[in-house]
Amino acid sequence: MSTAAARERRAESRGQERKTRGKKIYSPGEWIKINTRGVHHKDLNREIRALAERGARKFELRKVYGQRYIGTNLWGTERDKIKIRVYGTPGSDMGAFMDGPEIEVFGNAQDATGNTMNCGKIIIHGSAGDVLGYGMRGGEIYVRGNVGYRVGIHMKEYMDKVPTIVIGGTMQDFFGEYMAGGRIIVLNKFFEGNPPIRQSYFIGTGMHGGNIFVRGDVEAHQIGAEVGMEEPTDAEWKIIEKYVGNYCKAFGLEARQAKLLRREKFRRLSAKSTRPYGRHYAY
Amino acid sequence: MLTALLPEFNIERDEDRCIQCRVCERQCSFDVYGYDADHNVMVHREENCVACQRCTVLCPTNALLICESRYAYKPNANWTREAISDLKKQAETGGVLLTGMGCDKPHKNYWDHILINASQVTNPSIDPLREPMELRTILGRKPDKLRIVNGKLQAPDYPSIELSTPIMFGAMSYGAISYNSFKSLAQAAYEFGTMFNTGEGGWPKELRKYGSATIVQCASGRFGIDLEYFNDASMVEIKIGQGAKPGIGGHLPGEKVSEHISLTRMIPEGSDAISPAPHHDIYSIEDLQMLIHALKEATDYQKPISVKISAVHNAPAIASGMVRAGADIIVLDGLRGGTGAAPKTLRDNVGIPIELALAAVDTRLRNEGVRNWASLVASGGIRNSSDVFKAIALGADAVYIGTPALIALGCTVCQKCYTGKCAWGITTQDPYLSKRVNPEIGTQALTNLLRAWSLEIKELLGCGGINSIESVRGNRLQLRGIGLEDWELETLGIRGAGQ
Repeated sequence: MSTAAARERRAESRGQERKTRGKKIYSPGEWIKINTRGVHHKDLNREIRALAERGARKFELRKVYGQRYIGTNLWGTERDKIKIRVYGTPGSDMGAFMDGPEIEVFGNAQDATGNTMNCGKIIIHGSAGDVLGYGMRGGEIYVRGNVGYRVGIHMKEYMDKVPTIVIGGTMQDFFGEYMAGGRIIVLNKFFEGNPPIRQSYFIGTGMHGGNIFVRGDVEAHQIGAEVGMEEPTDAEWKIIEKYVGNYCKAFGLEARQAKLLRREKFRRLSAKSTRPYGRHYAY
Repeated sequence: MLTALLPEFNIERDEDRCIQCRVCERQCSFDVYGYDADHNVMVHREENCVACQRCTVLCPTNALLICESRYAYKPNANWTREAISDLKKQAETGGVLLTGMGCDKPHKNYWDHILINASQVTNPSIDPLREPMELRTILGRKPDKLRIVNGKLQAPDYPSIELSTPIMFGAMSYGAISYNSFKSLAQAAYEFGTMFNTGEGGWPKELRKYGSATIVQCASGRFGIDLEYFNDASMVEIKIGQGAKPGIGGHLPGEKVSEHISLTRMIPEGSDAISPAPHHDIYSIEDLQMLIHALKEATDYQKPISVKISAVHNAPAIASGMVRAGADIIVLDGLRGGTGAAPKTLRDNVGIPIELALAAVDTRLRNEGVRNWASLVASGGIRNSSDVFKAIALGADAVYIGTPALIALGCTVCQKCYTGKCAWGITTQDPYLSKRVNPEIGTQALTNLLRAWSLEIKELLGCGGINSIESVRGNRLQLRGIGLEDWELETLGIRGAGQ
């Protein structure tokens, strides 16, 4: 019908406009410094996008002060080659729906970092807020310090995509709720000898896939009814070694790697059943 | 324990007409029929019958009659047969009662209490057969004022979608419905110049070519979502709630997650697809604002973002917040909205009728001067073209239909969608059953439905002396109430008939 045809024509002309805009003037190796002070997130992210469309691959964002959605608006660019360094404090939803780029934050991150992320890498040299990695399907997130509440809720995995989060410190409640896949490693490394000030509760409630590996003690009353606690298997231990190795490398903690990787200290939390609510319904 | 339920339906077979061809047996997916070879007769298990009427329609000799059961408990206005059966099922299983389709309880249907105006003498009616009638509808934020540069009207800065008729197909996921049904909806929407909604079950790659007619959903389970999914579509909808089950999530059992569904939802084959009740990144209007803008960023501000809620008591206040949070389109799903599976107690008791919620939201947004910031889509309980017309006059920009579309594909509203055994091949993933919907014939049936409703809406416009649907939008003077109390008329913002 005529409306559909008109709609397509318009979409086509938009595409052409974009093609002519894409003059490549930046070399991929060049670190492009952007002073973000007082720049609204929409303008900042559009600038990064426009630069990426013109060949830029490496960005150094200075004086970041709460700008949201860094790394989100990169669909249609060569996003898996993009690297972004963030100095300061990025806003919420950093790397939301992200599909390829690598973001390194020299500071703390706010809420919903890596929200529904599909691919890519996020390295945070501080702590992160709530809802880190919600619904994440792929990629890696490394947090040097602690994370807030509701982290890793409904992470899932699919074919070659197995999302992984490594947390150096500790976490708060509702950790890995509804988890359907992927893995989270918690190192509890700031609390050797001293238990954390506050225990977290409702870990893995409703979990039906994936694994949480915790270094240090977890008590039965902290975990959801659907979760079982066991020793990691040999294959899983190899995965832990690999990703804890990555963690140490990312933050220059290689000297502590051997101490962090004592196998007897790790517990695996995983779903007792892939059908936690099988008996919930009549007919 | 003994199953103590009486059959819901009686099957009467005219043995003189029956030729023992066993079509009924092959067509029934609920295991009602068997063949007794010794006596050359068909046998019935009446207790399994759901009255989907597949067998009666396909019986070549019209030998079958399925009718309401004559088995009866002692009549009782409180302890009805349904109430007794429900209790027995719960005693047997200890589980939550499930059901499908929209609420079937006789809550007051306000569409049936609203009447439409017509022109007589003082302003002429218009003949749609002769004169152009405009049904074209544009959804999305509208500017606060027109911008004119050098005498030329400038295009608004906001992204929008254009529909050839104010009727879209509501969210029904691939998983809830069969692939062929899903494809029929996509093709029909594309051909007719309107939109269908993928629901939260992902969007098969081979159907991406219908992107100009596709709305994709971002719901709490975040299934099948990536940047390509958003950018291939025309609009992204954040699903907060659904009229049939406000405030709870969804649950596609692992046995329905076949290879192709697993590919589309991006989850492993056979694993449960659980959508949590809330989005865990949305606990407030501010959080909603965050997700709306994350989606705007993800689509480079090229697509309108809609937010769908179920019609609940405080819908007007919530809608006001949603508009301020940046939603370009607000979808309200009413009490009678359909579902593939929902707890019966929620479906029948939670939420409010769409008629009241729609009028209240429209009034609120107008009073606050933000009505143009977002379009309003009504859904849940729209049955025909006059319901569409009334919804638009109450303030909707467009409507979503679900059940009428499924009925066009063959559905008989037997409410057994949640069993996955749909004999009409619509709400099933069984390849043997789902072949019963032919996507080409389905597309034709759906475009016929859209055409018929559009023609009828033009007639309704014409009789009122109006030649554009735009002039009906929020034009409540076109409506009068009948059999309504003062508070109902006030909420609907209409006068009583004769006033």
